[in-house]
Amino acid sequence: MRIAVLMKAVPDLVEEIELTADRTGIDREYLKFVVNEWDAQALEEALLIKDANGAEIVAVGLAEDPEIDAVLFTALAKGADTALKITDATFGARRQAAVVSVAARAGLLAAYLAAEPADLVITGVQASDDLDGQLPARLAAILGLPHVSVVVSLTSEEGSLTVRQEFAAGRSHELFVQSPAVIGVQSARQSPRYAPISRIRQAMAAGEITELTVSPFLPGPAPVLRGLKLPEVNNQAEMLSGDAGAVAEQIVGLLRARGLLKE
Amino acid sequence: MSHNVMVLAEHTGNQVADGAQELIGKARELAAGLGGLTEVVLFGPAELASQLSGADIVVSMEHPALVDYVPEAYEEAFFEVLAQRAPRLVLMTNATVGLDLGPALAVRWEAPLASYVSRIAIEAETVVATSQILGGKLLAEVELPGERGIVTVLGGAFPALSGETAGAPEVISLAPVPKLDSLRMSLSRVIEADGGDVDIAAAEMLVSVGRGIESEDNLEIVQELADALGVPLSCSRPVVDARWLPKTRQVGQSGVKVKPRAYLAFGISGAPEHLEGMRNAELIIACNSDPGAPIFAVAHYGTVVDLFDLVPELVDRVKS
Repeated sequence: MRIAVLMKAVPDLVEEIELTADRTGIDREYLKFVVNEWDAQALEEALLIKDANGAEIVAVGLAEDPEIDAVLFTALAKGADTALKITDATFGARRQAAVVSVAARAGLLAAYLAAEPADLVITGVQASDDLDGQLPARLAAILGLPHVSVVVSLTSEEGSLTVRQEFAAGRSHELFVQSPAVIGVQSARQSPRYAPISRIRQAMAAGEITELTVSPFLPGPAPVLRGLKLPEVNNQAEMLSGDAGAVAEQIVGLLRARGLLKE
Repeated sequence: MSHNVMVLAEHTGNQVADGAQELIGKARELAAGLGGLTEVVLFGPAELASQLSGADIVVSMEHPALVDYVPEAYEEAFFEVLAQRAPRLVLMTNATVGLDLGPALAVRWEAPLASYVSRIAIEAETVVATSQILGGKLLAEVELPGERGIVTVLGGAFPALSGETAGAPEVISLAPVPKLDSLRMSLSRVIEADGGDVDIAAAEMLVSVGRGIESEDNLEIVQELADALGVPLSCSRPVVDARWLPKTRQVGQSGVKVKPRAYLAFGISGAPEHLEGMRNAELIIACNSDPGAPIFAVAHYGTVVDLFDLVPELVDRVKS
C-alpha cells in the first residue's frame, strides 16, 4: 500500500506575530516555522499502519513553504520511505508572498496525486492558518475521493479502512471507508514518535528529498483578503504583580475571598 | 440564485445540536440585509424541525444514510440541496461537520469559503467575514466574491436565537439522491463518550493546563495543585491530542463546556476553541508567559510569571 502524507510548516504559535507593512501578510523574517501539529499526528498514524501491515510512505510538502526541508527530513528520520517537495510551475505568476491559500495548495497536491495516485492520503485535519477551509476535504473533492476528517484512529485491512471520526464532547463514529480515500487526522492512536537528531542528520546528509515541478489544477473561487490585523489587546485581565511568591499569595487571597479554599 | 441564507442544523440522534440556533440567529440578520429568507437544512428525522426556531423554510431529505453524520452521504445530499435551492450564503459550524463538509462543498459548488469566522457582515451586497487564524492571534478580513459563498462559524461567535417563532416554517422535502445508495463509506457504530473518571462540567473549580506544560512528566506539578485544592485537572485541546490526558478532561468547543466558580488556567494561550468552553466561568485566573495571549482577554486576573515557579508556590500556600 502506498500512503502519501501531506505536510506543511506553520508559524510557531508561541512566537509573536508581526504584519508586513501593507498588512496583507505576516513578517516572516524572524518568525520560526514548525511542523503543523496535526500533520505530525497524520504521519504518526501512517507510521503505525506501516508498522502493523507494511506500507510505502511518501512524505509530501510544498517547496514554497518555509522550513519544509526540516519537516521532511524529520519525517524520513521517523520512518517515511521517501520525501517529495513540489514546486508550483506557475509560482510567481499570480501569487503574492502571503500565506499560500488552501485552495491553491489543494490544486497543486491534487495535480500531483492525479499523476501519481496513492492508496491512502493522510494529512492533518487542519492548520492554524487555514483561511479558506481545510485541505483534506478540498483535496478529496477535487480528486473525487471519499474523505473523512477529524479522525482519531485509522486502521487498514485489504483495501478497507476503519476510521473513527470525533465530534464534540468525545462522541465518535466508526466508519468503514473504501480506499483510496483522503483522511484528515486530528490525533494519532499514540503520541507522535521521537526522531533522534542523529537520524535527522543522516537523512539530511543523504539529501533524500526528491523535487518535482507540477502544474496545479485551478483552485476555484477564493476569498479575497482585505487585510490582516492583530486582535486588539483587550486585556480585561488585571495583571498580578510581583514574583511567583507574591502572585501566588494574591491568587490564594482571591480564592479564599470567594470561599473556595477548604480551611 | 436566491438571496436566501442557508444554515445546516446538525443533530445528534433526536436532538438538534446547540450551535444551530446561533447560526440561525445570524442567518436571519444577514438574510434581512440581503432581502432574502432563512433556510435551515435538516437531514434525518423530519420531526426535528419542531426544535428549531427562526427558520422561514426548512429543507429536508430523509434517507437511512442520513440518520447520523456520514461525510459522503451528507456531501451528496447537501450538494443536491445547493443545486436545487441556490442560496446566496451557507453557514455551518467550524467544528467536525463544517471542517469535513464545507471545503468539499466549496469545491463542488464552486463557491469561496471562509473558515474560523467570528464576524460576518453584508457591505454593499458583498459578504465580508473576519477569520480568527493562528490560534486567534491574527484576524483576517476577507470578501467572498461572486454570488454564493460558504462560511464556517466559530462556536459562540453569535448569540443563540431563542423564542421568536413567527409561525411554522414552510417545509420543503427533497427526494433522496440516488448516490446515497452507492456510497463508498458506511457507519458501523456510534460510540458515545465514556463517562470518564470525573465530570469536569460539575466541578466547582478547575485547575486547567495547556501546551505550556511542555511534557507529560510536568503534569505532576499541576496535578499536585489540583489535589491540594481538591478539584479536577482539566486541559486544552493540545494536551488531549498529545494523549497526556483523556478527552473527558478537555475544556473547549470540541470538548466540554464548563462554568465553574473558578477556573485556573496554566500555560493556555486561549485559542477560540478553548475560550468557547470556559469564558463563562465566574472567576478566571490565567498564567501565561505571553502578555499578548488571547486568554487575558477573558481572564479576570492574569500573570506572566513562569508556571513552573508559580504552581509550587501555590501548592505550598494552599497546603498550609
